Amino acid sequence: MPAYYLEIAVVVLGLVLLMGEAFTCARRKRLVGYGALGGLALIFLSLFLVKPHESGDCPIWQFYADDKLALFYKGLSLVCTCVVLILSLNYVPVLEKFSARAGGGPAIGEFFCLPVFICAGMMWMASATDISTIFLSLELTTIGFYVMVAFMRRNVGSLEAGVKYLILGALSTGFLVYGLAWLFGVTGKTNLAEIGTVLSSAQVEKTPALFAFALILVALSFKVAAVPFHFWVPDVYQGAPTPVTAFLSVGSKAAGFVVAGRLVAPFLASPALGTTCGALLVAVAAATLLLGNLAAIPQTNFKRLLAYSSISHAGFLVLALSSNGGSSDLTPAQIIAFYMAAYLGMTLLCFAVLVMVNRTSGSDDLRAFDGLHRRSPFLAFAMLIGVASLAGVPLTAGFLGKFFVFIAAAGSGQWLVLGIAVAGAAAGFYYYLKVLRNMYWNAASPAEAPAIPVPPLLKYTIVGLIIFTVLFGVYPQPLLGLLK
Amino acid sequence: MGTLPRWNGRGNTNDISSALSPLDLLIFLPILAAVAMAFGAPARTTAIGAATLNLVIGLWLASVFNYGEAGYQFANKVARTVLVSPEMAFSVGIDGMGLVMVLLTVIVTFAAVWVKPAKQGSEGMYYASSLLIAAGAMGAFVARDLVFFFAFHELALIPTFLMIGMRGTGNHKEAAWKITVYLGLGSLVVLAGLAWLVVAAAKGGAMTFDMEKLRTAAGSIDAGTQEHIYLVLLLGFGVLISLFPFHSWAAPAYAAAPAPVTMLHAGVLKKFGLYGLLRVAVPMLPLGHSAEWIQHLLIVLLLGNILFIGLVTIAQRELDMTLANSSVMHMGYIFLGIVSGTDIGYAGAILLMFAHGVSIALLFALSTAVKQQTGTLQYHRLGGLAKTAPFMGLMFGMAAFASIGLPGFANFAGEVNIFFGGFANKPAHCLGWTQWATIFALWGVVMSAVYMLRAYRAVFKGEPSPVSAGAADMDSVSRLPVLTLVAALLVVGFFPGTLLKAINPVVKTLAPASR
Repeated sequence: MPAYYLEIAVVVLGLVLLMGEAFTCARRKRLVGYGALGGLALIFLSLFLVKPHESGDCPIWQFYADDKLALFYKGLSLVCTCVVLILSLNYVPVLEKFSARAGGGPAIGEFFCLPVFICAGMMWMASATDISTIFLSLELTTIGFYVMVAFMRRNVGSLEAGVKYLILGALSTGFLVYGLAWLFGVTGKTNLAEIGTVLSSAQVEKTPALFAFALILVALSFKVAAVPFHFWVPDVYQGAPTPVTAFLSVGSKAAGFVVAGRLVAPFLASPALGTTCGALLVAVAAATLLLGNLAAIPQTNFKRLLAYSSISHAGFLVLALSSNGGSSDLTPAQIIAFYMAAYLGMTLLCFAVLVMVNRTSGSDDLRAFDGLHRRSPFLAFAMLIGVASLAGVPLTAGFLGKFFVFIAAAGSGQWLVLGIAVAGAAAGFYYYLKVLRNMYWNAASPAEAPAIPVPPLLKYTIVGLIIFTVLFGVYPQPLLGLLK
Repeated sequence: MGTLPRWNGRGNTNDISSALSPLDLLIFLPILAAVAMAFGAPARTTAIGAATLNLVIGLWLASVFNYGEAGYQFANKVARTVLVSPEMAFSVGIDGMGLVMVLLTVIVTFAAVWVKPAKQGSEGMYYASSLLIAAGAMGAFVARDLVFFFAFHELALIPTFLMIGMRGTGNHKEAAWKITVYLGLGSLVVLAGLAWLVVAAAKGGAMTFDMEKLRTAAGSIDAGTQEHIYLVLLLGFGVLISLFPFHSWAAPAYAAAPAPVTMLHAGVLKKFGLYGLLRVAVPMLPLGHSAEWIQHLLIVLLLGNILFIGLVTIAQRELDMTLANSSVMHMGYIFLGIVSGTDIGYAGAILLMFAHGVSIALLFALSTAVKQQTGTLQYHRLGGLAKTAPFMGLMFGMAAFASIGLPGFANFAGEVNIFFGGFANKPAHCLGWTQWATIFALWGVVMSAVYMLRAYRAVFKGEPSPVSAGAADMDSVSRLPVLTLVAALLVVGFFPGTLLKAINPVVKTLAPASR
């Protein structure tokens, strides 16, 4: 089975769900969610049936890669979308409250269909090897997110987030198109491999090529939440419905990094441009690490805290992207892929707990977590594993991700940024553990706050994510083996 | 020697056990016990059961250990690879130094879980945290892989944070933040140093985290790089060991933490940094260790530990702060042994790591008992406790003498070796830096005598104060851990050869300066 069947299947699934949604009565909209979940799970299983293509004569292979990296990120997108759907199913009470139609009941059916299309876009991003397909797939995901961020139309925060995301997203799209146009102007090609050949040749014009790189870097930093295009992150994360925030934080970032890896590689490999482009990336990494970690320290809202944490993790990932590695054992692409998978597990754990806490308390504030270890020891433990991994405590996947980034940075001799990364990670011990303080040290307020029951599906998901986070923190071979 | 992992020194190779090692039990018994508690097992019984089993296993390992050999023993023979390239494996094994640390861990853990919690409620968390801290220290001491060596140490980070925050006394919340952020930063600096070491040893080729292979590969790193990596590791480990001026986290945290956490942390976990220096920094970066500027820097800092913190300790007015500061101060002696670069200095350092761990755990166990009986640890409110609680007084006296370094206790054996070692490393004609450092460090013994004897007099001698008058002596349950620790101090004090015969073969592979 060729790999592109997967995207086709996902898009068809989305269309079927949209059609089915029209015939589902208002009280049963959850069925759409279960349908999407089942369909995506099947498609995830069929990922293992994909065989790499043999002959390259069909034109599609100039636009579409089915290498291991692409398949890895397709799997990541599918898993992420499935978990987001499960979170959404548990978020229905909040959604219904804030998405009522003018004269009628709640309208939440599309909330389960849009992630499917976004997932198709992210899977396509993972395979895009031509600047035209990169642009198209990127827009497919971004437009889906415009709708989802602003989905809670009776909630001012959600609307504000939607407007911010729309305006800044449109601006970054402008940068991207402009950058790609310059890139095309310099090279005369749209295929990334051919672009790489031209950029590596002796007669490449440096200034316009660097200009193109700078523009593309700016646009990509919007997708991955890196400085200088990070301004949207805290407000949009806070305002968006929590499952969408999780989706933005994990799925959108992962897809952004696979595209970034493919787009940046020809520039870094070019003898004429490599040094300058590498230095630019290092500067972005340093700024992102500094800003993300410093700004996270005073946060009192858990969603905003996770937003700045998302920025700081983007800093680590850009640092890995910029390094040329100390050894052939561990290429930047592998480090980023492993880090992204680890990030998926730990971030979704945090958001899963947040959804349940938010559902009972109606608040995203850190104070809402007070005394959680008495109200639900299970959720508190899940959050403990999640933040431990985010902070980089060993024997979790997040630690190995950070360690590999340190190795890559040490291997390419970037001591200053490595120092910033170490200091930033140490700051992380403070701001991530704040939530542990609320959960374990503080008493619940009011003292007799009720226990939080966890529905079975979410419970198994959380258990799965905990196992994922701890297992790959101790035994990373199965995950890294997928990429070799 | 020492490259072939062996089941034990008697050649008792058994094929069934090739992938496993008895050391796995030592790590996983406490973890499994902690998991069992989460599922409702009776907390205190489970914890004591696991710790007792570990003590038995530890003593059994010591009895079948081949003392003539310098290499790793009880190693898993089939590699338990967790990552193929770069090479990372969950491999365990101990040499003589590892054995000493394993014994320290099982003895102190056994004593720590017997101490009853001061506050009621969440017993499960209390015992599970203690066991996780112990398991983390154990894992770090027996690991033969750099990543697991580092990773296990950090297993203690979050339990410590939670325990001090939930069950600490006094200004415990601030202390919990301080210890967590300090240790987090310190271990990240260590991590950066280890990453640099691995990359520098690989030279662009295949990377490995296996300590033995790494030691061979690291031999080719040039002197300048070795010095810089050594400095990074020294700073990182220094934070973990509370090397002056990175010591300020230690005393408040030890004073505020519940008894088992303090006993395990000050007694066992803090030794991880020293163990790391002796296991990684000294043998793998010999040129960094012998670089003159690093030696001079370390000597200045360790004198800061001994003299400055010694004076700080004398100024304390509370028993727990005195003990906590004294624990920081004594790290200076161990550094002196390491910096001496001589066989006898290294041996003394390892011996003192054991002795200090046991004695500080004993002192904190006793200070907790004092606090439970009298409700205070301030000198001006205490006094005459020996009349109402004679057993406590006797034990505290012995612990104080051990801590001062009186002959007959293990601490003396360690310290005397260190001072000889420090003096033995001499330049041709005059007194060198190490000799001067030794001469100054000797005054630390006087300071120890001042503050320990004063503590003894203020708490136990004189007429009973109002709070001491109603105090009861320790019951038989709390006597057991105290007696265990005292016995360990006396046995090693009278027969230091029991440990030195394990330490000496390892030390010979460490000390290039002496030959």
